[in-house]
Amino acid sequence: MIEAVGLTKRYGAKTAVHNLTFQVRPGAVTGFLGPNGSGKSTTMRMILGLDRPTSGYVTVGGRPFHQLPNAPRQVGALLDAKAVHGGRSARLHLLSLAQLSGIPASRVDEVLGVVGLQDVARKRSKGFSLGMGQRLGIAAALLGDPQVLLFDEPVNGLDPEGILWVRNLMKRLAAEGRTVFVSSHLMSEMALTADHLIVIGRGQLMADMSVKDFISANSADFARVRTPDGEPEQREKLTAALVEAGGRVLPEQDGGMRVTGLPLPRISDVAHGADVRLWELSPHQASLEEAYMRMTQGAVDYRSTDDQRAGFQPPAPAFGHQMPAMPQMPQQGWQETAYPVLEGERPNPYAQPVAAAPAAPPVPPSAPASVPAPADLTKRDSEDAR
Amino acid sequence: MTTPQQHPAPPQQAPQFPPQGQPQGYWPGQAPAGGYVSPIPVRKATLGGAIASEWTKIRSVRSTMWTLGVMVTLVLGIGLLAGAVVSGSAHTGEKPDTPLLILGFYGVLLGTICVITLGVLTISTEYGTGLIRTTLTACPDRGRVLTAKAIVFFLLVFGITLVCTTLVSIVDSMLVGDLVAHAPSGTEWLKATVGVSLYLALLGLLALAVGTLLRHSAGAITVMLGVMLLPLVLAMFMFSSSLADVRQAMLVYSVPNQLAVLYSSGASNGISGWTPLWIMLGLAAAGLLGAYASLVQRDS
Repeated sequence: MIEAVGLTKRYGAKTAVHNLTFQVRPGAVTGFLGPNGSGKSTTMRMILGLDRPTSGYVTVGGRPFHQLPNAPRQVGALLDAKAVHGGRSARLHLLSLAQLSGIPASRVDEVLGVVGLQDVARKRSKGFSLGMGQRLGIAAALLGDPQVLLFDEPVNGLDPEGILWVRNLMKRLAAEGRTVFVSSHLMSEMALTADHLIVIGRGQLMADMSVKDFISANSADFARVRTPDGEPEQREKLTAALVEAGGRVLPEQDGGMRVTGLPLPRISDVAHGADVRLWELSPHQASLEEAYMRMTQGAVDYRSTDDQRAGFQPPAPAFGHQMPAMPQMPQQGWQETAYPVLEGERPNPYAQPVAAAPAAPPVPPSAPASVPAPADLTKRDSEDAR
Repeated sequence: MTTPQQHPAPPQQAPQFPPQGQPQGYWPGQAPAGGYVSPIPVRKATLGGAIASEWTKIRSVRSTMWTLGVMVTLVLGIGLLAGAVVSGSAHTGEKPDTPLLILGFYGVLLGTICVITLGVLTISTEYGTGLIRTTLTACPDRGRVLTAKAIVFFLLVFGITLVCTTLVSIVDSMLVGDLVAHAPSGTEWLKATVGVSLYLALLGLLALAVGTLLRHSAGAITVMLGVMLLPLVLAMFMFSSSLADVRQAMLVYSVPNQLAVLYSSGASNGISGWTPLWIMLGLAAAGLLGAYASLVQRDS
């Protein structure tokens, strides 16, 4: 059981973690999500007593980490896979940790077997791949057979087999009644592994709920509906009927529609009532990734922008030459097509309407990949990053 | 009986989809009461364990072997070479009144650089790699970690230097013994072996402390080399007569001069006898106190 109360960490003027209050309970895998730089690692370091909170406190099993009797037997952590001396062999690295924590030396070979590094145990860890380093870090965390386990990005650099292994390991550890707290960027992985989620953005708690609740609270489940191609009047007819029935309809680029607010049978009934044939009527369940992106889109510190290569474009065509309208740009389209704005939701400031793209300065059609983003988009981004 | 088609892990997956409607229904209520209990017997972590751990660490990296190997080579090689050269080129005639054991000084002076390097690396590599976080997670008692490091490092350097200086002193006294006016006294022997070894080990502890304070290998080694060599170099260029006192103090209290005092028979200007050892003891103690405070207070 990990309990944080009002946890705050400031580095000078920058607040890395602000007033975090959460609990991580035993018997479940708790995922810890957040964009880069949102304070995940800082929080983990404070749990382990490595960093001192500016205010608030965090306890493990009811006590601050440094007051735990036999702390390494109660808490195991993987913070950084590269946190080993490259010149030391895997076995001696673990042996030194075991000796430091009063763990029998025979346990070292045991955990080396658990993570599958027994064949390279006597090799210097400098030559390890990132995945092998992760396994060594996990071995160090498991060394004390602890009740509470913290993993910071444990699947970084692992191959699919290793990812599956970590997933099952986490679940097994949690099923044994341990507290498992794991941060990751791989949403699909988290959706499969975690039971519970703690999401932070810019150092503040954004969500603390089960994976299922999180997805349903932060995403729109919708139905995909397609009418026969080449019969736009059918489509308009159905759209009108669905809106009349209380649904919301968003057209898709390939001629389909996204319908929210109506259950599937009702859509079918409405279509039948309007005498419209359907080519497709399928449920779409939002993924954890989608829910996460929707929730954290305002809290991302480091956002990539288009590589415009602005200084390297050929000179603009002669004055007075009017460019034809640009074709519809697929770029950035995912932001709005994937996450339609829900009722009552703040519109996503980053989702740029596709129609805005042709308003960009004229560009010769021969120039490849020259789609300058609208200037105000960049401006808003940079304001946001501050 | 389990049919082959059955999925092997339903109990773990079941908690993901619990019945809704209950408060906190998403918590799998399958955790054994009181949480997980490890079958491995709990043994209290002790300073002895920490010392064993530091010994494992220091012997398992090549930089230890390299720095100590170079140090042994320098101390033995130069010390014995000096003895051989002096014994080969000695004139018959009036015997000089120079202390015999100072022949070992040149090697030891170069060896200090290795000791400083190893002292800094003992802790700064942990910061450089991030290993310090793993170490402090395994042992939240930070003072114990530094104590264990200091003890292991001190004993290692002291032991190796003692063996080398004793060997050099014995061989040199056999080679050059008949060529000097008087044989070294017991105190001189003690100072040139145990005294010099203690001095080097304490200098290494100071380096360890600086490494803990600065947390950066190159920076800490540079600082320590500066502390060791700069007073002497600066004093060489202080020609102004108003700075004569400062110049004298810098010459006398520079590390090479302190080492030379441990080798000399006594009549030195400024410091004499065992004084260099007390000076270095004070410096190392102050440095380690600062290192303890820094290690306990600062985030790592």
